[in-house]
Amino acid sequence: MSGEPRTFANRWKRFSDWDERPLRLDKFAVEDAENGFASFSSRHDPKPGLTLGSGGVHVLDGVEARDFDMIDTFIARYHIDPEIAPEAMALPSHEVARMLVDMNVPRTDLVRLARGMTPAKLAEVVAQLSSLEIAFAYGKMRARKTPGNQAHVTNAKDDPLQMAADAATAVAFGFDEVETTMRVARNAWSNAVACAVGAAVGRWGTLFQCSSEEAEELRIGMAGFTSYAETVSVYGTEKSFIDGDDTPWSKAFLAAAYASRGIKMRCTSGAGSELLMGFHEKKSLLYLEARCLCLQRAMGVQGTQNGGIDGAPVTCTVPGGMRELMAENLIAVWLDLECASGNDARATESEIRVGAKIMPFLIAGSDLICSGFGSILKYDNSFNASLLNGEELEDYLVLQRDFEADGGLTPVEETRVLALRTRAVEAISAVLEELGLGRPTEDMKMSVVAASGSDETRSYLPRDVALISESIKERGITVVDVIKALAKRGFTEEAENLLKLVRLRVSGDYLQTSAVVRDGRVLSAINDPNDYLGPGTGYRVSDARREEIVAIRDVLTREEVLRAEGVHKAAEAKRIAYRTMGPAAPGSDPREVVIGVSPAFGIKLFQTVAGHPLSAILRELIGGITEGGAKARVVRMRHTADTSFLGLSAARLAGSGVGIGIQAKGTAVIHQKDRLPHNNLELFSNSPITRLEHYRRMGANAAAYALGQMPEPVVVPTRGEAMGSRYHARVALIYAIETEMTSEGTAPEDIEVTFLEGAA
Amino acid sequence: MSKEHLSVADYPLAEKRPEIVRGKQGKQLDEITLEALLEDRVTLEDLRITSAALRQQAEIAESAGRSTLAANFERAAELVDVPQDTIMRIYELLRPGRAQSPKELLAAARELREQHGAERMAAFVEEAAEVYERRGLFKKRF
Repeated sequence: MSGEPRTFANRWKRFSDWDERPLRLDKFAVEDAENGFASFSSRHDPKPGLTLGSGGVHVLDGVEARDFDMIDTFIARYHIDPEIAPEAMALPSHEVARMLVDMNVPRTDLVRLARGMTPAKLAEVVAQLSSLEIAFAYGKMRARKTPGNQAHVTNAKDDPLQMAADAATAVAFGFDEVETTMRVARNAWSNAVACAVGAAVGRWGTLFQCSSEEAEELRIGMAGFTSYAETVSVYGTEKSFIDGDDTPWSKAFLAAAYASRGIKMRCTSGAGSELLMGFHEKKSLLYLEARCLCLQRAMGVQGTQNGGIDGAPVTCTVPGGMRELMAENLIAVWLDLECASGNDARATESEIRVGAKIMPFLIAGSDLICSGFGSILKYDNSFNASLLNGEELEDYLVLQRDFEADGGLTPVEETRVLALRTRAVEAISAVLEELGLGRPTEDMKMSVVAASGSDETRSYLPRDVALISESIKERGITVVDVIKALAKRGFTEEAENLLKLVRLRVSGDYLQTSAVVRDGRVLSAINDPNDYLGPGTGYRVSDARREEIVAIRDVLTREEVLRAEGVHKAAEAKRIAYRTMGPAAPGSDPREVVIGVSPAFGIKLFQTVAGHPLSAILRELIGGITEGGAKARVVRMRHTADTSFLGLSAARLAGSGVGIGIQAKGTAVIHQKDRLPHNNLELFSNSPITRLEHYRRMGANAAAYALGQMPEPVVVPTRGEAMGSRYHARVALIYAIETEMTSEGTAPEDIEVTFLEGAA
Repeated sequence: MSKEHLSVADYPLAEKRPEIVRGKQGKQLDEITLEALLEDRVTLEDLRITSAALRQQAEIAESAGRSTLAANFERAAELVDVPQDTIMRIYELLRPGRAQSPKELLAAARELREQHGAERMAAFVEEAAEVYERRGLFKKRF
């Protein structure tokens, strides 16, 4: 061994860097159809085919009627429309694929054809589309014109106070549906009451469901607390179905049961469920999903929660997995089903993959873009973390604004959220008290109103909640009791809102495909059908809606920038005095370095983007020049605010031929009189990270150049911050203030600078 | 009931045809108010859907080209007055391995038909019995 340390180049270190990225927590699976890991095709997938005869379907996708499993049987009897099938099955798949992306072919034509297509045919068609084409076709084919979104509202303690506050918050952000579930199964009734009350705060019409055991969920619905259900799962193979403890007939029975209780319902299916359950029959994810979706249309449900769902993470481990999730959603809407399009289970730790996953749906729109956007924090999500969560909700709001796309949400002002949360907590507390279920203390309530998540609350714990929940159930408390309690305690608006929601059941209008409630009206695929036929048709963000979408918080205005500068003006007046001495003449002293300041420097603008007072900047520059053995003169430029020209003009005035140009925002340059404008000696372009010491060294270097030396240039180190995104809006506003003060042809002026306080 | 067939033009009924919308006990929508509820003139029973409403929605779904959804509403219309416990019992019986032979399902179908006039639902359960037998679902599951 030599005494010197040696570096062994056994690995490019970038791989070690990559190892540390969140992406590397995601695991990927090799494509392996034999073991169920194939997104679009497997050699075990059947070729599309249909033989009709007397008594119905004789052969479905290569399977003879006598060999039909339950799913084949159900699809053959209830999905395949024999009037349309011969025509639909005869169309070449590539032709149908083209029709899906042809804006001149109306949605209704394609929906009609789908009724005559087998699962293998539907899968074969959509498999021919690229991701872009699938997204486009999805936007054209989804049933309701206006897009919407659904929230998860749960918390780690099943605390009803937080449940109500968070439900009200989700409603305020614009979610059309709210879904809850529990940490402890017994707490279902408490969750249902709390969310129903919370969702009645602020406005009415947000549909609500409590995901629990099937019989319990229907009972909670019967008591009037919930208005929809979506946990009726179906699977693409018979064995998975049986393993899931149901059959197509039992699920279809349940679908009719929900409708008979006036409750909106959709089924759930998604790629990867059969794979996770171990009964995939070596078929591709898409083909199995096409079976699920045909089955759902056959059952007569209005819609589906679809797009991987709990199987999304495993689907995303397979090549083409995310494209497959989009493709199955396309089949769903093509089959004329409402689509709550997944984007719920968090399929990745990579924020880039999260953003990429949501984008096609944000742009194309969807009946419910997420079938569970985590409106609460990740750790509070009792379904497990969503693709997007409370942490990232503002990112989503900004994406809507960036792409002028309606993702179903609306920014809400801080004060309004606080008021709604307070109201919701007071409302649920009143209900608990009025019904003898609990007496929340002021401390409990206050802790919940302000809490971002349940870690910060001092409220009910799961055991307390179990007692409340069981009492609600045992005493047979219904929504009528809750409405009365609200009204009795003065929550008239909330009582009215809750009653209006329950009253939807009477007409059953909201049982139709893709129904949501907007501004007190039921909006569905019937009275708001997607009529996309190219630009100018289909859903368009209206001017009014656009105004809502763009109104995110903390946006800069010119007034705000000037107001901020005004605050520093007084402080600067105590530190520095500028005295105008008249037109500046060229200097003759060969040791003279001129500092050319911008028009608004110290007049309208008083600190750099990095937050340094301009007095300090001048002190450093002058100090550096002086220490370097040269002499500084300050000149204000009036004809330009451009850094290069500030520097070049200063250099031309300087006896040494070397000048410094500096803008009020802190961008600075060392220039020399004979150089081209943009070929400077040194430049500090990253003013936000430029420190005072850098300005002092810049002054010293300018002096060195003036004396004919060649110093080491000052390099301002950057760590790759997204400087533009942080500062450009403000910089542009500041720069406009500078340029407004320029006046062409006005001569530079000599400035006498006096440091007033502690000036070194 | 009139012979009129409803269509998408009548939708939403609560807005376009409020005069034909009735609650379970005959109340019109504008009678279902907070005031009436507080005075116990409106109960949970008034907030239930009726078979008539489901059949109306079936007609609308049919006119929108959604025949399978319409069929589900028709089946649902038959279940409106079937007690909750009966519904849950028959649902349970339809799950894999609950019934040990077609007989139990056929009995349930008979009950639906004879006691509740649920003809379509009964036929649906009978169909399940036939398919379950062919697919070997009548066996004990542990």
